[in-house]
Amino acid sequence: MALKIPVELYDQLRQHGEATYPHECCGVLVGEFDEAGEKVVRAVVQCGNTRTDSPQNRYHISPLELVRIQREALLAGHDIVGFYHSHPDHPARWSSTDLAEAHWTGSSYVITSVENGRAVLTNSFILLDREEAKHFEDELLEVIEHQPMYCRTKPI
Amino acid sequence: MSIKVLIPTPLRPYAGKQSVIEVTAQTVGEALSDVVAKHPDLRKHLFSEDGKLRSFVNVYLNDEDIRYLNKDATPVKETDTVTIVPSVAGGR
Repeated sequence: MALKIPVELYDQLRQHGEATYPHECCGVLVGEFDEAGEKVVRAVVQCGNTRTDSPQNRYHISPLELVRIQREALLAGHDIVGFYHSHPDHPARWSSTDLAEAHWTGSSYVITSVENGRAVLTNSFILLDREEAKHFEDELLEVIEHQPMYCRTKPI
Repeated sequence: MSIKVLIPTPLRPYAGKQSVIEVTAQTVGEALSDVVAKHPDLRKHLFSEDGKLRSFVNVYLNDEDIRYLNKDATPVKETDTVTIVPSVAGGR
């Protein structure tokens, strides 16, 4: 399984993390599942971080934003395929909080480490299994430039 | 009356892979009950054992959170859309 993302959208989500530094950014990945069941990102939707009490180490997306994004995605024939956020001055690995607060099984959770205001690593993790047994697994993140696709980063 | 219920991607495996389910209901609670009646596997993903919505499951009537309306008893009309969205949060 892999998450495929056009380079301009990949750059966009990384730049979002730089723009909100030292706070966490967050957003939604809209796209589609291709014939092989892999996810292809068609749009990156930037969201506000509603965790204004602790934005440097927490994020939360307003459910109303999710409702609107999901509705518009369906109208366009797309789906929510994942989410992204940044880890300011922290590794691009999922945390226990990330897992506890993750509920979209099958979706990608993309995390970018931002060090001193600069985006460093971007990794993707897929949430698997039912709520009581949920866990993250590393997911290949393929950055698409032009056909044929090539691999730019992969989970570490 | 017939209204639409939008199903998020993680719940579609339990809803016949459908993104939209048409149900007959007078209230949001009836809409959710009809969805679960059609797709019983959804129940444990939407509700806890005491029958309440799971804490991370948000239900919206159009653009309004039903928690701030009349919850399950919120009336619906023909053009309404009920949307189910699990929460999205985290942090390092």
